[in-house]
Amino acid sequence: MWKWLHPYAKPERAYQLCHTLLPWFATVAVVSLIIGTVWGLVFAPADYQQGDSFRIIYIHVPSAILSMGAYVAMAIAAAVGMIWQWRTAYMTMIAIAPVGAVMTFIALFTGAAWGKPMWGAWWVWDARLTSELILLFLYLGVMALYAAFDDKLQAGKAAGVMAVVGVVNVPIIHYSVEWWNTLHQGATISKFGKPSIAPEMLWPLLINLLGFAAFVGAISLMRLRNEIVQRELHRPWVADLVANSNARAEKE
Amino acid sequence: MMRFDSFSEFVAMGGYGFFVWLSFGVTFVVMLLLVVDSFYGQRRVLQKAKQEIERKQRILAARRAAAKESQA
Repeated sequence: MWKWLHPYAKPERAYQLCHTLLPWFATVAVVSLIIGTVWGLVFAPADYQQGDSFRIIYIHVPSAILSMGAYVAMAIAAAVGMIWQWRTAYMTMIAIAPVGAVMTFIALFTGAAWGKPMWGAWWVWDARLTSELILLFLYLGVMALYAAFDDKLQAGKAAGVMAVVGVVNVPIIHYSVEWWNTLHQGATISKFGKPSIAPEMLWPLLINLLGFAAFVGAISLMRLRNEIVQRELHRPWVADLVANSNARAEKE
Repeated sequence: MMRFDSFSEFVAMGGYGFFVWLSFGVTFVVMLLLVVDSFYGQRRVLQKAKQEIERKQRILAARRAAAKESQA
C-alpha cells in the first residue's frame, strides 16, 4: 500500500519532488497572505469588545496553529526516520524545525502585543503561554542537538528522539485553555460545526491560515532541498545539478 | 466594504495602532528574514558543491600528471 512512497526516500527523488512542489506552495502562500491580511486589516468589521485590536487574530491564530502543526509534521518525519531508517526523513525534520520555531515566535510575539492592550500585561505565566514557550524551546533544542553532532546520521537520531518525545506538549497546548483557569480566551475556529466568530471575520482568518500553511510548506521544501544537497555533496547527481545551474547562469 | 473612512483612521486602528502595527510588522519582517535565509542557504550549498567538484577535478589532474611523470 505504501510502496508508491518508497522512491521518495531516495534523496535525489525527494529533491525533484521539492523542486516540483515549491512553486505551487509559494504561489498559494503569497496570494493567500496578501488577500487574507488586507481583508482582515481593512474590510473585516471591528470586534464589539476588543475594537480594532482584535485584528491581530489574523496572524496570531494562524501562526499558533501552524506552530503546533509544524511540530507534529516534524515529529512524524523524525518517527519515520527512526522506524524505516530513512536519511531523508531526518533531513525533513531539520528542514521544518526553524520554520516551526519562527511560527512559535510569531505566535508568542503577537500574543504579547495583543495581551498588553487587552489584559494589561505583555506576559503572564499562564498555562497556554507557558506551554507555547516550551514549544519554542523544544524547536531550539532539536536544532541545537542536530548541530552538535558532526555525524549527521547520529545527529538526526538524537534530535529525532527529542522531537518525538516533545509531541506530548502539543495536546497540552491545545487543551490548556480548558484544563486550567486562564486569561487566554478559548478556541475561535477549532470548534467544528459552530465557530464562535462571525463569517465576515472568519473568512480572512481561514485564508490567512491557508497562507501560513503554504508558507510553512514552501520554506520547509526550500530548506529540505538545501539540506539534501548539503548531505549529498559527493554524489554524481549533485555534480550534474551544479553543472546545470552553471549553464543556466551563463545563459542569463 | 472598507471599515475605515480615512487613511489616518486606518493607521490609528481605533487607538490600538501601536499594537496592531507592531504585531504585523514584526511578523512579516521575521517571515521575510526566514525567506532570505533559505535563499542564501541555497546559494551557499550550491557554491559548496561547486568547490567540491573543482577540488576533485584538481586532485584527479594532479594524479594524472604524477602518473605521467613516473612513466617517463
